Amino acid sequence: MSGKGMNLTLKIWRQKDAQSTGKMETYKVNDISEHMSFLEMMDVLNEQLIASGDEPVAFDHDCREGICGMCSMYINGEAHGPDRGVTTCQLHMRMFKDGDTITIEPFRAAAFPVIKDLVVDRTSFERIQQAGGYISVNTSGNTQDANATPISKHDADEAMDAATCIGCGACVATCKNSSAMLFVGAKVSQYALLPQGQVEAADRVKNMVAQMDLEGFGNCTNTGACEVECPKGISLDNIARMNRELIKAQVK
Amino acid sequence: MSGFLKSSIGRKIAMALSAFFLMFFLLQHFAINMLSVFSPEAFNEVSYFMGNNPLVQYGLQPVLLFGVIFHFVMGFILEIKNKKAQGVAYAKNNGAANSSWVSRNMIYTGVTILLFMIFHFNDFWVPEIVEKYVEGKSQVGKDFHAHVAHMFENPIRVVVYVLAFVFLALHLLHGFTSAFQSMGGTAGRKKVLQNIGKAYSIIIPLGFIIIAIYHHFNHH
Repeated sequence: MSGKGMNLTLKIWRQKDAQSTGKMETYKVNDISEHMSFLEMMDVLNEQLIASGDEPVAFDHDCREGICGMCSMYINGEAHGPDRGVTTCQLHMRMFKDGDTITIEPFRAAAFPVIKDLVVDRTSFERIQQAGGYISVNTSGNTQDANATPISKHDADEAMDAATCIGCGACVATCKNSSAMLFVGAKVSQYALLPQGQVEAADRVKNMVAQMDLEGFGNCTNTGACEVECPKGISLDNIARMNRELIKAQVK
Repeated sequence: MSGFLKSSIGRKIAMALSAFFLMFFLLQHFAINMLSVFSPEAFNEVSYFMGNNPLVQYGLQPVLLFGVIFHFVMGFILEIKNKKAQGVAYAKNNGAANSSWVSRNMIYTGVTILLFMIFHFNDFWVPEIVEKYVEGKSQVGKDFHAHVAHMFENPIRVVVYVLAFVFLALHLLHGFTSAFQSMGGTAGRKKVLQNIGKAYSIIIPLGFIIIAIYHHFNHH
């Protein structure tokens, strides 16, 4: 590692708990390597805060491999920061320059209330998933292998693309309307495209959309911001498919 | 179905349907206005037809009024709901990094168009309704062309119309393709339709601008 690292000014949202009103606080970190991930830079800050007897900044993280969807953060006005196709754990400090000021906020949406500092409650996504994001499988002992059902390559690929959604919530955080339609569109699509998903197809889309509305997410206005900021590149076409599925479910 | 219109996607589809209707109407309005430039006689004839044919007056006109009001009211409802869904605003938000200005500002371009429509209705529609249905005057032989030319003598009116059509173009630049996406189609994401959308959004408002300026410089 090269000896000279970056000196950065961090403006971070601090909030004691869900009930408190938070505010932006300014911190300095020095000698940050460009090879560090953003979360490692946050670790350095927290070591520093702990050493000086201050409360470390709470933030969500788990696998640090870009697949769990746990890390969030709104960095310099973008979900997961300025890089494309990455989560915050994969965002590298080489995206920043020495002397930069970085603004770090929690994902904002009425349906994603702040729990503490940069940690938000994303269980609304889980409740949407529970409302219809499943299929019926015969588990009586003669369960059929999924591979026994022929599926066209095209459909299988599109279903897989939709299923790569990690449910991180960057779409909601990015959307000016705090709409969850990219997430719900992906979850509806991954089943709608496969024969196994047909049994509950109509109820699934109705129930998941109803739960999405109940949770207080906003209405999609097709700005396309979600697709750009999505770490998994989930396509806007999934929202169109969800709309089609809902229209289909109405006439059924 | 009532539940469908209360759902976020139902509202979105209703918004798109009314948008398609209004875009079709705009095309028709544009075609008739173009006549005022090329043939005053034809313009007078078509204007008389549109203003006095019972099917247009009692059939299409109420549908159009409903479409206009519905699109605006639904737009406001959605905007209020979306503001509520946002919660706390970001200290720093870089919207330009992931979306177009026009897509993020539909409410502002829309409100400008609404204000213009009040002005426009007051200019042409209200006086005509009063003339026909309150005063009970016949429009047989009325020179609609001369009336339009007279209205655009006023340079302030020309400026207001030109500005309004710029905002209409901005609104359409997002709205045209967005309506297809809302209807569950992916056609709006294809290059062909995006180009048709751009052409429609620029040519139609530009045409209206040219018509207004033409009449300003060609009144007798």
